[in-house]
Amino acid sequence: MPFVNWLKRNLVVLAGLFTLAYLLLPNIIVTVFSFNKPKGRFNYEWQQFSLDAWKDPCGVSDLCGSLSVSLQIAFWATLGATLLGALIAFALVRYRFRARGAVNSLIFLPMAMPEVVMAASLLTLFLNMGAQLGFWTILIAHIMFCLSFVVTAVKARVMSMDPKLEEAARDLYAGPFQTFVRVTLPIAAPGIAAGALLAFALSFDDFIITNFNAGSTVTFPMFVWGSAQRGTPVQINVIGTAMFVVAVLFVLVSMAVGNRRSRQKA
Amino acid sequence: MSTLTEAPPPLAPDAPGPKPPRRRGRLTPYWLLLPGILWLLVFFALPMIYQASTSVQTGSLEEGYEVTWHFATYWDALSAYWPQFVRSVLYAGTATVLCLLLGYPLAYLIAFRAGRWRNLIMILVIAPFFTSFLIRTLAWKTILADGGPVVGALNSLHVLDVTSWLGLTAGDRVLATPLAVICGLTYNFLPFMILPLYTSLERIDGRLHEAAGDLYARPWTTFRKVTFPLSMPGVVSGTLLTFIPAAGDYVNADLLGSTDTRMVGNVIQTQFLRVLDYPTAAALSFILMAAILLMVTFYIRRSGTEDLV
Amino acid sequence: MTNTTDPGGDVRLTGIAKTYGAFTAVHPLDLTVPQGSFFALLGASGCGKTTTLRMIAGLEEPSAGTVFLGDQDVTALPPYKRPVNTVFQSYALFPHLDIFENVAFGLRRRGLKSVKKQVEEMLELVQLGEQARKKPHQLSGGQQQRVAVARALINHPKVLLLDEPLGALDLKLRRQMQLELKRIQTEVGITFIHVTHDQEEAMTMADTVAVMNGGRVEQLGTPADLYENPRTTFVANFLGTSNFIEAEVDSQGGEDIVLKAGGGKLVLPEARCSAPASTGGKVLVGVRPEKISLTHADDAGEIPEGRNRITGRIADSSFIGVSTQYVVDSPVCSDFEVYAQNIDRDPRLVPGAEVVLHWNPAHTFGLDAAQSVFAGTEGSAGVEEAA
Repeated sequence: MPFVNWLKRNLVVLAGLFTLAYLLLPNIIVTVFSFNKPKGRFNYEWQQFSLDAWKDPCGVSDLCGSLSVSLQIAFWATLGATLLGALIAFALVRYRFRARGAVNSLIFLPMAMPEVVMAASLLTLFLNMGAQLGFWTILIAHIMFCLSFVVTAVKARVMSMDPKLEEAARDLYAGPFQTFVRVTLPIAAPGIAAGALLAFALSFDDFIITNFNAGSTVTFPMFVWGSAQRGTPVQINVIGTAMFVVAVLFVLVSMAVGNRRSRQKA
Repeated sequence: MSTLTEAPPPLAPDAPGPKPPRRRGRLTPYWLLLPGILWLLVFFALPMIYQASTSVQTGSLEEGYEVTWHFATYWDALSAYWPQFVRSVLYAGTATVLCLLLGYPLAYLIAFRAGRWRNLIMILVIAPFFTSFLIRTLAWKTILADGGPVVGALNSLHVLDVTSWLGLTAGDRVLATPLAVICGLTYNFLPFMILPLYTSLERIDGRLHEAAGDLYARPWTTFRKVTFPLSMPGVVSGTLLTFIPAAGDYVNADLLGSTDTRMVGNVIQTQFLRVLDYPTAAALSFILMAAILLMVTFYIRRSGTEDLV
Repeated sequence: MTNTTDPGGDVRLTGIAKTYGAFTAVHPLDLTVPQGSFFALLGASGCGKTTTLRMIAGLEEPSAGTVFLGDQDVTALPPYKRPVNTVFQSYALFPHLDIFENVAFGLRRRGLKSVKKQVEEMLELVQLGEQARKKPHQLSGGQQQRVAVARALINHPKVLLLDEPLGALDLKLRRQMQLELKRIQTEVGITFIHVTHDQEEAMTMADTVAVMNGGRVEQLGTPADLYENPRTTFVANFLGTSNFIEAEVDSQGGEDIVLKAGGGKLVLPEARCSAPASTGGKVLVGVRPEKISLTHADDAGEIPEGRNRITGRIADSSFIGVSTQYVVDSPVCSDFEVYAQNIDRDPRLVPGAEVVLHWNPAHTFGLDAAQSVFAGTEGSAGVEEAA
């Protein structure tokens, strides 16, 4: 029974591809339906092919405004979380100090906490302080929950770095600051970049925490949430598809650059 | 030439010997930690305290709230919303198991069988992240639409009969049933299972498989005795990364479910943002947090991998 | 050191020590390394040699004592203010910089603007001119090692510290680099302090070797002196192989000590005995395997008078080309090792044969009997604290 044998050998491959299909099916639907021309307010059923939405992606009021809010928040949250997180990561890997266990728990807990709990408790704080909910409260919340992920990413990179490199720099007349700027930072850069990318993605796509702490500010995920109740414009699918394509292109290009570089080296 | 004189006896620890001359940089780590830790203390830890305090307050929105150590709120919240709690655990648990069953083959495929396709498949796993998860979750409304091809296929295969009998679906519908919510949860958190699994599988030396085969282990035995145990760290962190957010999620239950599929996240959200019953909402949130922390601690102890961070 | 004109490059350690909590890595230690010498710190891992080196570099804070460079007390100076450079174990080349920038690193940090000429000259010295724009990981181990040397030497340090610089290279390349380093040292005339666990490396390269064990300097001297006149069993075993016979002092007179071991007598020059010898007292008699001649028992009569001799039976022999190594079972010492040059091989010398071992008494050395004869052998190297 050669077929049964083949099946046995490749069962794991088939199962894996099934999972991959499951993962990608929604993206395919999103893309296909970005060319739809729905009859009613909701874009859940296929009607007819149309490029209308692609020609006019900002045609729905507030959509591009919310996109811009999301991008701004993601940018500043990435900057803040990366800066604060990288400093913590360096401290954790390079120094011995008291309260190390407590610091580690404080980093770990936000990642082990359901978002809704953090969202609700942060809202309690803001309400108690009488803070005006909006752009700033969203930004504060995003920096808070992105921080731990940045620490983890940077820590992994700095940990794999040979401490002898920093000693060599100090031996070669670089003071503490020079050592950090000339040696530590460039070598840790890939980890910092990975952390920053993760922070950007997390912040840009966050809904739950934002929903609690946004006040009347509308980010892109909140716009989508709202439209799920009021009616989903096709433009949402256009934006979703565009983000997917941009992300894939970004990764492909960076991989191609990386490949070419390593081929030059070889 | 070189000289070596008799070394003096070692100094007793408390002898007034020469002190270490340099004490530079003792404070450096604290300066590095300060801003980030302060941020977490003020915007993560402090809110928890506020929440705990809110949960034992009484009063009303108009008259204001006061701490009265009213622990009955907890009891009231639990007795009113225990079905949602149970549902959260059941849905999240089922979704986690499904994620493991679905995610393991794919992680294995990427780690050992993908060859030159490895990077491409990795990109395909990660790239959906960049399309807002709400948009992708809405797509499931189309996929699982009544009378659509997926529901039709499940119906003709009599799968829906089984799921109806289990109480997961109702009649010919999938949308607005527990199955749809679990399907959405599984989909949304699947990458959080695949990535840690892949990381731990990738570290396994391929020669171990050859060694196991050389020592008369059949492929399935090799998997059971070598591969799976070595991938345990990935299994543990994957299940945690899936279960925790799934248990607190309210998006899938809201978009794909009905009022009968409401989870604890939905209740907290409604109490906080619509009903404005802050003490109940805070108590619920606190119970959820405590329950998850307890489960996580127990789970990590049991699986013997305490160095997850 | 009287022949140096400038004492500015002497490295002087006075009472320097390093403790980590209850563990003492380096016991208070006095050491002077004269300018321009090639000095080796030799010992097994964990003996404190690297810690000592790092204290000179400033990478480790001494718990006590002072480090002098010439007349300057540098104990409190951070590494980047010391005129000392290090070649690190596994090199620690900056992976994100190319070879040129790696070598230029120190000069640039000291604010030099035009470094091109110096760097190019230095790369020529280590024969890497072609590789200037490559990244470290594109070079072979030997080339990386030379970059590490160039990167340190270009700063014209008063002292160059080498921390197991050849440990990562294969045997052949290591031989080649030993000669190369020695050549560079002679050329630039800078003090080299070289840390190694490889006794052959230390003996080939260094003018002076300090053997360290358990955080102390066990013995210090020229390679030949250490090999011929070890003062402890540790040194005798760590540098090459030694045979030991426990013997009792029979009589002392003139320049020789006469000892009783088993049934026979052995002669030991008084000058080569580092232990206090009194009649009736015990002494460890040592002799190197290559100093011993092996004669079949049937020809015992042909052995000249005046040689130390013991009898035994060959337990094992292994032919290794240039010589044959025998293990001889003798009443005074089991596992007596003898290396015989393969000049005229006696076919009767096979395992089981009765033999007489004999050697010139001048090659005998005497040690204090109150120490383990296994100190410094592979099984115990570095683990025992010197008593």
